[in-house]
Amino acid sequence: MFKIREKLQQTEVWKSIFRHNYQDTNRNRALQIVDNVFLHLHPVRISRHATNLGFTWGMGGITFLLFIVLTITGVILMFYYRPAAEYAYEDMKYLMNDVAFGPLIRNMHRWAAHAMVITVMLHMFRVFLTGSYKAPRQFNWVVGVLLLVLTLLLSFTGYLLPWDQLAIWAVTVGTNMARATPLLGHEGPFGQQLGMRIDNDVRFVLLGGTQVGPPTLLRFYVGHCIFLPLIATIFMVVHFWRIRKDGGISGPAGNGKE
Amino acid sequence: MRNLWVLISKPDNIPIVGLLFLVILYTWYSLSKALKNDRQGFLDESTLSEKIQVWPNLVRVEFLGTLFVMVVLVFWSFLIDAPLEEPANPTLTPNPSKAPWYFLGLQEMLVYFDPWIAGVVLPTFIILGLMAIPYIDINEKGNGYYTFKERSWSILIFCFGFIVLWVSLIVLGTFWRGPGWYFFFPWEPWDTHRVVALTNIDLSEFFGVHTRSADYSLNPAAFIFGAVLVLGYYSLIPLYWILKKDKSGLLKKLGPIRYNVTAFLFLTMMSLPIKMVLRIGFNIKYVWVTPWFNI
Repeated sequence: MFKIREKLQQTEVWKSIFRHNYQDTNRNRALQIVDNVFLHLHPVRISRHATNLGFTWGMGGITFLLFIVLTITGVILMFYYRPAAEYAYEDMKYLMNDVAFGPLIRNMHRWAAHAMVITVMLHMFRVFLTGSYKAPRQFNWVVGVLLLVLTLLLSFTGYLLPWDQLAIWAVTVGTNMARATPLLGHEGPFGQQLGMRIDNDVRFVLLGGTQVGPPTLLRFYVGHCIFLPLIATIFMVVHFWRIRKDGGISGPAGNGKE
Repeated sequence: MRNLWVLISKPDNIPIVGLLFLVILYTWYSLSKALKNDRQGFLDESTLSEKIQVWPNLVRVEFLGTLFVMVVLVFWSFLIDAPLEEPANPTLTPNPSKAPWYFLGLQEMLVYFDPWIAGVVLPTFIILGLMAIPYIDINEKGNGYYTFKERSWSILIFCFGFIVLWVSLIVLGTFWRGPGWYFFFPWEPWDTHRVVALTNIDLSEFFGVHTRSADYSLNPAAFIFGAVLVLGYYSLIPLYWILKKDKSGLLKKLGPIRYNVTAFLFLTMMSLPIKMVLRIGFNIKYVWVTPWFNI
C-alpha cells in the first residue's frame, strides 16, 4: 500500500499538483500556507490565543463557512426554481416531493441562512466584548456592520422565494415599513407634501408594484441570487484583507503590524 | 402548555431558541473570562501570545470546526423540514402576520412608535450607531482581550442594546405576541377573537390638555406641550455639555463632535424603553402630536 503511494507521489502529475508534503519542518509548514491560494488568506504564523475557541468563539469563520454552504446549496436550488408567480410554488412542491435529496438541500439552505444570521450577531458580540474594533481596526468594524446588514437583506429577500403564505405576508409586513419612510414614503412625514403616492414612492421601487406581487418575486430573486451575494462577496474580501493588514486577529500584544 | 410546545417547535422558531441559549451562554462565559482577567492582574490572552505555525495549528481547528458545523447542519436538515405553507394568497391575511424572526424586534417597536420611527428612523440609527462605535469609544484600554473593569460603561450600554432591546424584543415578538399582536403568555392558547378595550391617550391628556378640539383641529397647547418635552429631551445634550464641560475630563477628551454624536445616539436608544414604559404602564399613545408626524 505504502509502496503504491510512494510511487504515486513520484509521478510528474502528482508533483505538478501538490508542491509540498507533510514534512514536519517550519519551512515546509510555511510553504503549505503561502503556496495554497485558499490558505494564503492566513498568515504563516499566528498567536496561540487566535486558535483558542474560548477567545474567538470561531463565529467569524463559521459565518464564512455558512456563506459557502449557502452559495453551493443555493446554486443547486436554482436548477429547480423559476421566479415567476405561476411556477414558484409548484417548483417548491416539486422540489420537496419529487427531487432526489431536494428537501435536504432546501433544508440545509434554510437552516444555514438562519444560523448565519445568528453567527453574524454573535461574531459582532464577541468582537465588541474583546474591544477588537479599537484602533487600528475601526474601519473593519464598519465593513462588518455593512456585512451584517447584507446578511439580513439576503435572508429577507430569500424569505419571499417559496411564494407561500408565510413568505408573502412576512415580506408584506417587512416592506410596509417603507411606506412610512420620511420624505420618500407616501405615508411618511412630509411624503405627501413632496408628491409621494402609493405608485411612486420608495416602497413601490422595492416591490415593483403597489403590493407584493409577481414583479416583487423577480426583484427579490435577482437581488437574492446575484446582486446581494456579489456585494457581500466584495465586502467580505475587504473584511478578510483588512484583518491581515490591520495586524491579524486582535490580541493584547498584537496591536501593531504583523 | 400545548401552545408553548407548538411555538417552540415551529421549525422557523427553533433558531430563536438556539439564539437565546447561545446569547445567555456567551454572555456568561465572556463576562466570567473578563472578571477573571480583572481579578488575577494578568491577562489569560497574554499567556497565549507566543507565535505558532498556522499549519497545522489553525488549519486543524478550522477543519474540525467545519466538520462539527456540517454534521450539526446536516442532522438538523434531515430531522426538520423547512416550512412550506399554503400557496401565496394576497386576499387572505393570516393573523398574526409576522415578519421573519430577526425583524421581530423592529415589528415589536411598532407598538411603541409610528412606522416611520420604528421601521425606518430607528433601524437607520441602529446601523449608523453601530458603525460609529469605534470612533466614539475613545477608551484605548481593553483592545484585544476580555475585560470588564477597564470599559464597564461601553460593555453595559452595548449589552443593554443587544440583549435587552434586540434579542429580548425578538423573543417577546415571537413567543409573547399572538393574534392582533395582543400579549399572550407562551403557554396560553391563542384566542383569535380577543378584543382588549384600551383607552389610549396622549401624554398631554394625561395632564388634562386635550390633543384635539371637538372639530378635530389640533390644540396648540398640546402641540407646544409635546414640542417642549421632545425638544427638551434632546436639549439635555447641550445642557449637560455646558454644565460639565469644565469639570469633566471625559467630555474634554471626547470633544464637541464626538460628544454630540454619542449623546444623541444614547438618548435615541433610551427613547425606546422610555416609550415602552409610557405605553405599557400608562396607555400613552403619543408624546408629541403635530400635523405632519406624531412621536
